[in-house]
Amino acid sequence: MNYDDIKSNVLTTKLESAINWGRKNSLWPMPFGTACCGIEFMAVLASRTDISRFGAEAIRFSPRQSDLLIVAGRISIKMMPVLIRIYEQMPEPKWVISMGACASSGGVFDTYSVIQGIDQFIPVDVYVPGCPPRPEGVVESLMKIQNLIDKEKLSDYALSSSK
Amino acid sequence: MLLEQTLSQMKERFPDIVLDMTEFAGEQILHVKSQHILTVLTALKADGYNFLADLTAIDNLTLGGYERFAVAYHLLCHKTAERLTVKAYVPEEKASLPSVESLWKTADWQEREVFDLFGIIFEGHPNLIRIMNPDDYEGHPLRKDYPRLGRKERDNFPVIERGIQKKKRPE
Repeated sequence: MNYDDIKSNVLTTKLESAINWGRKNSLWPMPFGTACCGIEFMAVLASRTDISRFGAEAIRFSPRQSDLLIVAGRISIKMMPVLIRIYEQMPEPKWVISMGACASSGGVFDTYSVIQGIDQFIPVDVYVPGCPPRPEGVVESLMKIQNLIDKEKLSDYALSSSK
Repeated sequence: MLLEQTLSQMKERFPDIVLDMTEFAGEQILHVKSQHILTVLTALKADGYNFLADLTAIDNLTLGGYERFAVAYHLLCHKTAERLTVKAYVPEEKASLPSVESLWKTADWQEREVFDLFGIIFEGHPNLIRIMNPDDYEGHPLRKDYPRLGRKERDNFPVIERGIQKKKRPE
């Protein structure tokens, strides 16, 4: 094998970059749709905005096979324990998008039964404003998640697992 | 025709039970005492009001009325397409009245809903448990004296921390 063959067939990179590159381009979302945002999320999957362009079209309805939780809709006090359980069932590393006004802040539902923002109880990475957000907004949030994944440090994981 | 006949006889048939008869927006309303609701509704069902279209409750705390709560039964006769509303008045101290689940199976879940949100007990109901709120919920939120923002139940959940991704997120 001569040098020219190697040059055109071998790519040198950091292991971290390679892993992050793989992760960010094959996100498996778990949609937690409880209201109209869940309906709008279907449009994100459909042909016009099509998130398979970002490698995130493998929608899993099992949290154990997903690494991106998309909370779409208002979360009631009866649903919150379910959301917490689903979040905890997802394998790490995992990311969370809070889609729409209700998931992010309770929206117009300032009542006894609606959680005023899921970030009070579970970690959220990206918030999408809107009621409901346009599909483009969700695509933007997905790209923001990809940027976050790009900046993940493998050393953080190694340190925490050795503890 | 059925409606006129029924309403004209109602006061004579149940003089101690029927409190009043009124009309509002074209709807006939029969106001009755709650202890004998089963007698009244059994008679009305036999008269032809075969369908229980809705069962709900009203809190008269600020409205005034015979009693604090009114349980409203919306009846429909399929033959003549006539409707009748029966309001049974329930006092606050003893918020209970007989269940009509034996007459209409649909009353099962509707009575559970009224129980959940208003705290009215339906005697003889086969399975009177909460239907909408969580099982461990305290209080009855559609009562007018229940605070709109609740009693901190929406703030009372465990806070889940990040796992191995603990480091602060880059902006």
